[in-house]
Amino acid sequence: MRLRSWFLFPAWIWLAALFAAPFAIVMAYSFLTRGVYGGIEAPWTAESYQRLADPLYFAIVVRSFAIALAATAICLVLAFPAALFIARAPRHKNLYLQLVMLPFWTSFLVRTYAWIFLLRDTGLINTALQAIGLIHHPLPLLYNDGAVLLGLVYAYLPFMVLPIFATLERLDPSLAEAAADLGARPLSTLFRVIIPLSKPGIVAGCVLVFIPCLGAYLTPDLLGGGRTVMIGNLVQNQFTTARDWPFGSAISIVLMLLVVAGLWAFLRRESEPLV
Amino acid sequence: MKRWLAAYAAAFFAFLHLPLLTLAVFSFNSSRFTVWQHFSLDWYRAMFHDPQILEGTRNSVIIALLATAISTIVGTLCAYGLWKRGSRMLTGALYLSLVTPEIVTGISLLALFQWAFRWLGWQLGIFTVVLAHVAFSIAFVVIVVSARLRTISPTLEEAAMDLGANEWQAFWHVTLPALIPGIVAAALLALTVSFDDYVITSMVAGVDSQTLPMVIYAMARRGASPVINAISALITVFFGILILVSEKVREA
Repeated sequence: MRLRSWFLFPAWIWLAALFAAPFAIVMAYSFLTRGVYGGIEAPWTAESYQRLADPLYFAIVVRSFAIALAATAICLVLAFPAALFIARAPRHKNLYLQLVMLPFWTSFLVRTYAWIFLLRDTGLINTALQAIGLIHHPLPLLYNDGAVLLGLVYAYLPFMVLPIFATLERLDPSLAEAAADLGARPLSTLFRVIIPLSKPGIVAGCVLVFIPCLGAYLTPDLLGGGRTVMIGNLVQNQFTTARDWPFGSAISIVLMLLVVAGLWAFLRRESEPLV
Repeated sequence: MKRWLAAYAAAFFAFLHLPLLTLAVFSFNSSRFTVWQHFSLDWYRAMFHDPQILEGTRNSVIIALLATAISTIVGTLCAYGLWKRGSRMLTGALYLSLVTPEIVTGISLLALFQWAFRWLGWQLGIFTVVLAHVAFSIAFVVIVVSARLRTISPTLEEAAMDLGANEWQAFWHVTLPALIPGIVAAALLALTVSFDDYVITSMVAGVDSQTLPMVIYAMARRGASPVINAISALITVFFGILILVSEKVREA
């Protein structure tokens, strides 16, 4: 057992120096005051947290929630039939799963850039639509909330497919057959038998998509244009342009609390540990 | 219903793959506009003559190799230690580090470095980027290695120790060899997440440590350019090969 202590020693250093310490500093900053030149000064105050109630910032929090929820819902609707198809495929299941994962393994930045390439005014979609004469001026596809939503759905879709596939795969096929024998049409079997039984996978998928979407930074930054679209952009903005570290820290702490709440809800259901 | 499902699946896979495919196809277009002219390798040539891209790639490779080496060692030892006996606190911290939004990790590491440097007189640079990458990739390593450890029976080490091996020998000669595929897969995953990271890196990088994703980001911000298509295609192929290798190793 001595060996175990030695082996865990570097991990404890990681926990103290690179996990707990930065978090503690941000926590402390969030209760301090912004200096005249952007530094951090006394006195201790909860003012930064109160500022989050300001309608301007609160609107960004609400919009982040709305975008993350919408992305989760769209992912669910898009992923469920795909997961069902893979789970019922008589062969090539692994190939299909790898096809789902493949874009996920390529660079996140590249996947986001792909949508700039497709959606911008001189991008592929606008160029093609103009070439066939359907439109005469480029459609404003990029740099709006819709583009951000599309980017998030594209980025996190695999997170929804995999857990739903995992529960559908374990589902006893005789249950659907029994429903059919008892006269249920395919659609009513789907909605009254299969979907209720795949709830664990649906819940897991929703949490796995919702958590990263809520804290997203790069997607809204690149596809949303210069505006502050989501909480992540607000945090970044406070630490760079605005140089208001106490306020940026307070937003980070609130964002962390929201994420932890989501994780806690997930772990309460998930019995199988990762570590 | 079956036919509908198959048709839907085809559309679904097209949605997943067409954006990246068209991106790659247009990297071979001779025009800088999104209208196909004819095949050309000009953008690849331009890429290899761009000093920023070359420097970014060099920095990214150095950072990814260093961060991977450190996080693979620390993460493997940690996974083994937790396999022997769990620690709720360590496991909880690893989970938390996985779900922390990247931007929060980025700003909190920046706050830590700035705070520490007030006394040390250091500056942000390759060193801080490596530390930051180690910070977020350890959890990935622990999860992959732990998955492999769960397939190994603890009775093997007990048998070795009954036969006179000490703790270290049991680890080195019995468990470690069986873990190698998991460790290699974990290292490749750490390499991928390190090489790909933009958000955290951009917060803690200095002027001398611009990485490839930072260069790509700056170019994408200025507007699209076929050079980015070319880099994207190369990165995608590079990652694809890494993942294929890691899958093969994990299956072994």
